[in-house]
Amino acid sequence: MMSTHTTTTAGASPATVRPVGGKASPRRRSARAERRLRPRTLALAAVAWLLAITFLLPYVEMVITALRPAGELRDATYLPDEFVWSNFVNVWRDSNLADNLKVSLLVAGGSTVLVLLVALPAAYYTARIRFRGRKLFLLLVLVTQMFQPTSLLVGLYRQFYQLDMLNSVWTLILCNAAFNLAFAVWILTAYIGSIPVQLEEAAMIDGLSRFGALLRVTLPLAMPGVVTAVVFTFIAAWNEFVMGLTLSTLPESQPLTVGINNFIGNYSVQWNYLFAASVIAIVPVIVLFAFIERHVVSGLTAGSVK
Amino acid sequence: MSTNTAHTPQERPAHPARAARGKGRGRRFRLDRLGPLPWIGPAVALIVLVVLWPVYEMVRTSFLKISVSGFVRGSAGLDKYRQLFDDPDLGSVLLATVVWTVAVVTCTMVVSLALAQLFHQQFPGRRLTRWALIAPWAASVLMTAVAFRWMLDRTAGVLNTLMADLGLIDEPKDWLGDPSTAWPWMMAVAVFVSLPFTTYTLLAGLGTVPDEVYEAARVDGTGTWQTYRLITLPLLRPAFLVGVVINLINVFNSFPIIWAMTRGGPDSQTATTTVFMYQLKNNDIGQSAAMSVVNFALVVVLVVVFLWVSRWNKEEA
Repeated sequence: MMSTHTTTTAGASPATVRPVGGKASPRRRSARAERRLRPRTLALAAVAWLLAITFLLPYVEMVITALRPAGELRDATYLPDEFVWSNFVNVWRDSNLADNLKVSLLVAGGSTVLVLLVALPAAYYTARIRFRGRKLFLLLVLVTQMFQPTSLLVGLYRQFYQLDMLNSVWTLILCNAAFNLAFAVWILTAYIGSIPVQLEEAAMIDGLSRFGALLRVTLPLAMPGVVTAVVFTFIAAWNEFVMGLTLSTLPESQPLTVGINNFIGNYSVQWNYLFAASVIAIVPVIVLFAFIERHVVSGLTAGSVK
Repeated sequence: MSTNTAHTPQERPAHPARAARGKGRGRRFRLDRLGPLPWIGPAVALIVLVVLWPVYEMVRTSFLKISVSGFVRGSAGLDKYRQLFDDPDLGSVLLATVVWTVAVVTCTMVVSLALAQLFHQQFPGRRLTRWALIAPWAASVLMTAVAFRWMLDRTAGVLNTLMADLGLIDEPKDWLGDPSTAWPWMMAVAVFVSLPFTTYTLLAGLGTVPDEVYEAARVDGTGTWQTYRLITLPLLRPAFLVGVVINLINVFNSFPIIWAMTRGGPDSQTATTTVFMYQLKNNDIGQSAAMSVVNFALVVVLVVVFLWVSRWNKEEA
């Protein structure tokens, strides 16, 4: 979607892609600000810290509940008398968590690889060459971005039911890849478009093939974009819920999110198990997000705003 | 900044054929003979197979009579649509969907504007606090919704305990059992999970406003609020519109929040179209498909509006 923007408004808007560069000046400013703390700065910091804590509270409560002894679960206290690990041990033993974890890893990993294999060539070609049907292709990508799996659930279910592919990891890989493809194409097109084509040409004059130039010149320069696309895809697939819920009906073939939802019964909810499983599920995401935090803003700048 | 502007001409889709010289030209022609197919073919195939085929399958299903176990029992004609439009719940579900979407997107945009302005400033701990802001985005929506459901639990919910301790309520309440209190809470959760993406989009937009513009405003003696209204907001418009559109689509299609917190119940009193569709799926997949088609038609309307707005955005930007 945004790719239409990116390429066509590039000249008109003052905004330009700043893949990694434009970091120096804010940092310099922040150093200056920290040297003299004016009341206004302090007030800003106080509000920001308060908000940050508020944003983390639901997840803190999640961890607290996961560490609550079963006997204290329904006590109306802020903190339990003691913290125990037994919920983690029990949930691992008594549920399909290990299977769910495996499915989630396969689905998130598989769809990320597939997205990269499919999106990278498409984004490169679209960014570099004005071919016939280019506009149509970008429109198709845009439309995919807008059609979310939720609105197509019944169609997806019927399709994979008829293909006899329900409860298959491959189905979930295909679906997650397809619905995350648009974002990857969009962000990669923006990144590759911002890399001067002369660099490639120079490499080609020096004897590299176009493919060689792509691999050895363009790809390394587009790495921040590639990393952003990879991490976003992985996290989106890892957190995906509705397709897993609809396309996998057997407990052992469901991804982690659906497994977590299974702790919510019709009449009772196993809260301590539920949150122990959630804590396990959230760890890889925190690691990945910590890894790309600084790419998030530049990634969004490249993709959406121009 | 100056180096960036120097790059701008190359950001326009390059014309290697025209730009390339010597050896490069020959390579270009070999690539041309293959055409775009090997490059974009796989992407198109994936989209057609997993995004467009289900659209066809969904429309087809809405005209079929299908048993609970999945066997096709012949054509249903327009029966499923008639059944759907005769459903007494449909009107209230559609109304709820509109209210839900408009309320959540409006609140998200307003709060995000404030948050972006705040986190654009310099203060100690900016990096850490920005990092915390990502949390609801990194955690799955389902997980956040479940956490809120637990915090609102009648006997053990920490929010109930907190509100009782602060004297806001007399006794713990079953917030999610009653549609009139369940809706505001679910909307709050929807806003909560939408804030990170929207705020970051707006932050990215704020980052593209050159410092010189603000310096010029300061030299001219423009006030803070005036600067924001006359300079920041207009320059933020592209980012703002992206935020509005992405949120409209996301919130309209939102499923896990309501599903995790109330399952759309009691009956369909807290259901939007997507949740209603899922409730129907278990009893009558044909009627569910009809609901999906109606739902999908609404999405298409949103997409067309978006295309129209983005063209308008482009022309005036």
